[in-house]
Amino acid sequence: MSNMILGRYLPGVSWVHRLDARTKFILSMLFIFVIFMANNIYGYLFATAFVALSIIMTGLGFKVFFNGLKPLAMLMLITTFLQLFFMNTGTVLVHWWIFTITTDGVINSVIVFVRFMLIIMFTTILTLTTPPLEVADAMESLMSPLRKIGVPVSELALMVSIALRFVPTLMDEAQSIMNAQRARGVAFNEGGLVQRAKSYVPLLIPLFVNAIKRAIELGDAMEARGYRDGEHRTKFCVLKYTKIDGVAFAAFFIFAIGLFATRFI
Amino acid sequence: MVMQPIIEFKDVSFSYPNAEQPALKNLSLQIQKGDWVAVIGHNGSGKSTFAKLINYLLIPTSGSITVDGIPVDQEHVYDIRDLVGMVFQNPDNQFVGATVADDVAFGLENRQVPREKMLEIVPDALERVQMNAYAAREPARLSGGQKQRVAIASVLAVEPKVLILDEATSMLDPKGRREMIALVHELKQELGAELTVLSITHDIDEAASADEVVILNDGELMGVDKPEVIFSDAERLRRLGLAVPFAEQLKAKLKARGIKVPETYQTTEGMAEWIWQLHSKM
Repeated sequence: MSNMILGRYLPGVSWVHRLDARTKFILSMLFIFVIFMANNIYGYLFATAFVALSIIMTGLGFKVFFNGLKPLAMLMLITTFLQLFFMNTGTVLVHWWIFTITTDGVINSVIVFVRFMLIIMFTTILTLTTPPLEVADAMESLMSPLRKIGVPVSELALMVSIALRFVPTLMDEAQSIMNAQRARGVAFNEGGLVQRAKSYVPLLIPLFVNAIKRAIELGDAMEARGYRDGEHRTKFCVLKYTKIDGVAFAAFFIFAIGLFATRFI
Repeated sequence: MVMQPIIEFKDVSFSYPNAEQPALKNLSLQIQKGDWVAVIGHNGSGKSTFAKLINYLLIPTSGSITVDGIPVDQEHVYDIRDLVGMVFQNPDNQFVGATVADDVAFGLENRQVPREKMLEIVPDALERVQMNAYAAREPARLSGGQKQRVAIASVLAVEPKVLILDEATSMLDPKGRREMIALVHELKQELGAELTVLSITHDIDEAASADEVVILNDGELMGVDKPEVIFSDAERLRRLGLAVPFAEQLKAKLKARGIKVPETYQTTEGMAEWIWQLHSKM
């Protein structure tokens, strides 16, 4: 599972690493909206170029990002195929039973695929270049206005930070349970759908039980170290906007305008 | 002047909900300030329950506990937790922070220590456990022994008077275990009477180096004594389901072969010395 990059932080010294976590968070969110402005091939080429440039600037290499797509490949393919088979407008290319493949269907499925990929890649930049606690801090900072309406912002942020910190730990654990069950003769990823689903029970139940045990122990450890909920806590990590954040915002703004302009080509 | 014990249990009992047997029965004992106390007993003897009662993670069913004169109850819970630091068994499940430095800062954040002060305390605490080169590392990239060092640094950062090691070395390899015990001994030396160490352990050789040993058996206190006294009675240790230290095992085997061995308790070094003497006499 070492190529699983969801929630895994890779330290580095690039410009993107030094950006404030809030900047990366806001830009990731904005990107999801902005990408929908692209409505032709030029728009998608421009957006792809922008994402590629951003990835180059992280200094981590494309391989890491493509590896991160693998676990999501199934989901992407399903949505792509749904688009491909059930789009009924445009010129009909193939017609068989309830499935119709049309030109619009092909174009749309390609668009959905590319859009999906760009969004995942761009948002992965945030988690790959930002320590989990900073992501949580950024969320806390951005959500702090919600405190006024009674949302427990600090508690939510702590939960997110712990969740992110335990992703690699639980991944490793899942791997060892899987190996342990294989050693006892459980065959994963074999047989029909029902058989497959059943084979995951001996993995999921121990993983779930262990997660509860972990939670109890972590709770004890946190309490023993003086954690009390609902109380004000000081912060060791502080977020600070710097000049490069301004540059990043400006670059994104230019990208957004550029992308909007491609609609008129 | 009579020394006030740092930890005092008066007739403490504790039962887990739905349990048939109480986990601890009428426990009364005192632990003196500055001592290194080892608590031993077989699995399920109530060792961990005993440790968790001290800082109010568990609430006694009856009886009372005081730490440094402060009663352990709902009202004083955070004062008690300032006094008592705890290192648990599983290095993964007690690591709260995203990185080493964040984890050490967690306890300080809870106590609302200003950031400028944290920036001084955190590297200092890491320096003491020789982990400052790893300050920016995440837990997934540390070994078990290193994570436990961080756990110790996190506790030291808040300067407790009592350090409880709740089987803190049981998930480490022999090297990590030796290093960690050496580290705590070093810290103990440095802080002297300012730090009381309560080590709950299965490692009999670790217990043999303590000032006092407490034996628990099925929730009952079987004795508090110097390790020399406790470990010289190998028969009783076996009866209680405990291991016998290496030197005592050696003594018993030599005795079985008809060699006259010293009657008093010997450490491994003591046995080595005695064998040298025996050898030069022959």
